[in-house]
Amino acid sequence: MKFGVVTFPGSNCDYDTYAAVRHVLGEEVEFLWHQDSELKDCDVVVLPGGFAHGDYLRTGAIARFSPIVKEVRKFAEKGGIVWGICNGFQVLLELGLLPGAMLRNKGLRFICRHVNIRVETTDNPLTGALTNGQVLSIPIAHSDGNYYDYPDNIQALEENGQIVFKYCDKAGNVTPESNPNGALNNIAGICNKDRNVFGMMPHPERAVEKVLNSADGLKLFESLKAYYTRKAAV
Amino acid sequence: MITAKVTVLFKDGVLDPQGKTIFNALKDLGYERVQGVSTGKIFNLKLNHSDPAEAEKEIADICNKLLANPVIEQYKIEVEG
Repeated sequence: MKFGVVTFPGSNCDYDTYAAVRHVLGEEVEFLWHQDSELKDCDVVVLPGGFAHGDYLRTGAIARFSPIVKEVRKFAEKGGIVWGICNGFQVLLELGLLPGAMLRNKGLRFICRHVNIRVETTDNPLTGALTNGQVLSIPIAHSDGNYYDYPDNIQALEENGQIVFKYCDKAGNVTPESNPNGALNNIAGICNKDRNVFGMMPHPERAVEKVLNSADGLKLFESLKAYYTRKAAV
Repeated sequence: MITAKVTVLFKDGVLDPQGKTIFNALKDLGYERVQGVSTGKIFNLKLNHSDPAEAEKEIADICNKLLANPVIEQYKIEVEG
């Protein structure tokens, strides 16, 4: 299978994601420049972390107009898997491929540390190889990760099983103390209704080997790989 | 040429962490009468229009598409002629 990693001016996790796929997961991967308008037959498109277009105006607000993003939208609408990590998640929100918006972190600080997140659903390609309630240790690094939407919409996310990850403590309890940024319902990651577009604030590509303090992030890459292996076998 | 000022603020009820922090700082400074602070952005636009109503229509479109995020923000347009 082949991953595509979009590079915007200001992306800074594109190489980490590339390395995670190519050298740790052992799959094909290509960079997709934001001015290009071809997805090069990628099976999964990753919008990586960083500060696309300097995060001017709002995080992700300008990136949404890049030519490649038009193709990403078409790809997503046809059922292709799109995975936004951190800044990539913010771009997907601005694009409207995922619901909601990001506010500045409660406490206003840029937070860069390992957090625990709990897997809330496994009926999708990203967490299909994991178990419900499984706790992952993955770092976050952001100023604007305070997920917000109207109460009715948050309720709908809960009911539709679109919340993929919630911030939790080591034992998997979702508590106010384990919420680093003020995100509603401790939301760390969500998906769309069709379960092919994913957005998450934590950086799995920074937790793919023991030497990085955690290899939990690799499980998500492996889950996607398992999904494609199964699909290819059918 | 028409100039216009667009003010973008959070919608009522949306947490404004910066406004809240500034509010707390003002209280620490002894400004007891301050009852609230909200933060936002101001954009000054120059448009090649002669009709203010037409200009305002175009600016509203600009706000909805780019300057404001309708999920969390509201905007106010002041056309200055």
